[in-house]
Amino acid sequence: MSSTVDARGLSCPQPVIMTLNAMKKVKKGSIEVVVDTDTAKENVSRAAKSQGWEVATIQPEDEGYRLTIKKEG
Amino acid sequence: MKNTLATKWGIIVVGLAIGILASLLQFWGNPANMGICVACFVRDITGALGLHRAPVVQYMRPEIIGFVLGSFAAAYLFKEFRPRLGSAPLVRFILGVFAMIGALLFLGCPWRALLRLAGGDWNAILGLLGLAAGIWVGTMFLKGGYNLGAAHKTYTSAGWIFPLIMAGFLVLMLLNPKIAGEPQSGILFYSIEGPGSLHASLLVSLLIGLVIGFLAQKSRFCTMGAIRDLILFRQTHLFAGIVSLTVAAFAVNLAINQFSPGFRGQPVAHSMHFWNFAGMALAGLAFTLAGGCPGRQLFLAGEGDGDAAVFVIGMIAGAAFAHNFGLASSAHGATPAGMIAFVVGTAVCLLIGFTMQETF
Repeated sequence: MSSTVDARGLSCPQPVIMTLNAMKKVKKGSIEVVVDTDTAKENVSRAAKSQGWEVATIQPEDEGYRLTIKKEG
Repeated sequence: MKNTLATKWGIIVVGLAIGILASLLQFWGNPANMGICVACFVRDITGALGLHRAPVVQYMRPEIIGFVLGSFAAAYLFKEFRPRLGSAPLVRFILGVFAMIGALLFLGCPWRALLRLAGGDWNAILGLLGLAAGIWVGTMFLKGGYNLGAAHKTYTSAGWIFPLIMAGFLVLMLLNPKIAGEPQSGILFYSIEGPGSLHASLLVSLLIGLVIGFLAQKSRFCTMGAIRDLILFRQTHLFAGIVSLTVAAFAVNLAINQFSPGFRGQPVAHSMHFWNFAGMALAGLAFTLAGGCPGRQLFLAGEGDGDAAVFVIGMIAGAAFAHNFGLASSAHGATPAGMIAFVVGTAVCLLIGFTMQETF
């Protein structure tokens, strides 16, 4: 199951809260998170790792980044 | 590119740097236990501009100018400058006003609370407990879906406005330099006694401000975030920064005889325990609802965040209200007007927290 979190324009801690909520919802699989600041990119990555998710890819997109985070079942 | 300053060790190093530099600033002339106080210094700038006329707290603090311009430089150098605007500016303005009023009830922002603790002022313990309590209330709202909404991308020149205002303040200071013993130089006011008269030299203050602004932009140093993330996510990342700040300031204070423990007779402080707690609780709630402590708001404003700049302008307005209406505490303690302002401010912040929640 995959889902997308669009946190563009939002300042922390909102991107992290939204990502954590998405993790709780899907439990495992992959989540795409779109952010537009480096701070949000770092904070979402840190939160994902602390919850046992893997940051699979971070790609530049428009003025920000698209992160793909994964957790195996 | 990996951002070394945003790692755990990075934030610890930045906390150590701020703690050491703040204590040294005191040694070089800044007020005691006030090497850097973002709220106090914004209040001093408000006074320098004549927006309040409390004669003891008027000085155009170059540290604040340096924070914004240092962050601006770091953001440009590392391609992180993002001009953005439009996330509930009026709400952020009001939060800035009451954040300042709460901070001046206690007499300090979170940075100064840590520096006061590191200097042996035990009243800071009440302030820090209040800060944590206010942030805890704020995290309840965050969990409930509190959100001021998204900002949108704007013109580069819009992101330049706040850094340019700060550069303008520096120009004003150079054109209207302090004249010893004179309360006014051209259009700027300068305290001739009290904390506003105590300062390191312009160049030292500005350089240290620039260095801290640069480091803090990259490391995302935030005192409110430190406590918020601990409560909300059980994360200790930012918390390591405030611990290292306090330890470093304490060590330097010990080394240069600036440590003097106790509750009574502490510099620019009072011992009304309840109001120290309450003032910082109000400030902590306002910071959490606005997404950053006063320092962090300055660094964000430097990297193009116009909403953070509106919060800072709210703090300037709050400082003017605080001194014009007699809301700010003094060494004698909190004022009756300040206590009323606390009740009003708390009611306003709670209303913002309760009514601005997204329902999913």
